[in-house]
Amino acid sequence: MNQTNNTNTLSPNKWVDNYADYLFNYAVTRVNDSNIAKDLVQETFFAGLKSAKNFQGKSTERTWLVSIIKRKIIDHYRKINSKKGKAEIRMNFYDSGDNEGNWIEERVPQSWNNEAEKSIENRELKSQIDLCIDNLPEKYAMVFRMKTIQEFETEEICKELDITPSNLWVIIHRARTQLRKCMEENWFNK
Amino acid sequence: MFKKFKITCDEATAICDKAQYGEASLYEKLQLNWHIVICKICALYSKQNRKMSQIFKMKANDCKNETKCLSNMDKEALKEQLSNFN
Repeated sequence: MNQTNNTNTLSPNKWVDNYADYLFNYAVTRVNDSNIAKDLVQETFFAGLKSAKNFQGKSTERTWLVSIIKRKIIDHYRKINSKKGKAEIRMNFYDSGDNEGNWIEERVPQSWNNEAEKSIENRELKSQIDLCIDNLPEKYAMVFRMKTIQEFETEEICKELDITPSNLWVIIHRARTQLRKCMEENWFNK
Repeated sequence: MFKKFKITCDEATAICDKAQYGEASLYEKLQLNWHIVICKICALYSKQNRKMSQIFKMKANDCKNETKCLSNMDKEALKEQLSNFN
């Protein structure tokens, strides 16, 4: 191997110690599931070993591994994105046809009881929010979490998941409409 | 011109959601505000949406300082698998 001062080299036997936590954290903030994140880290290391001979040393080892895990995350997103069907049906909050875009009667927001009293910060409230987010179709949950909980920039999410901003806002809109309903039924008006 | 200014409840709430992140354009906000004047349902949605944002913000703050790591056991298993690769 050609080794010069300004060329980075790979040392796969140190990968786990040096980068496993970093990559795991990178993945888990995006997919929000530690088992999936663990798998993604593993796949990243394997893919790294397989293509080690293509590493040109222009970037650091870490940057190179991050670029691999980014691919893996896009692949994961595409996989969950294609799982359409069952969850989409209950997404309709608005009429179609003549009444297009108006609220469907049984989906109309209701006033919340005890809003002030019920909004105090507590563990119960947080776990109810988690339950509602988990009820979303997977891709909505992923985009919603990245945008709202992890607070990534719109541009960054679009780049990382290879979607357009209008795509992102449609997903956010559907996620939030459904979350509002879920919290109404299970928290505010329970 | 005014016809273009009128939006549906679906569009209004979509703008309202976008506005929660401070990313709705001025034109969109005008459309939304006009809609809210004439639509009580979306006005309620809008009010409740702010409450939802507060709750989400609370969750976001929880996550901010949290760094997740792999357990040592997971790491050892990973090392084992990688060493078997060659």
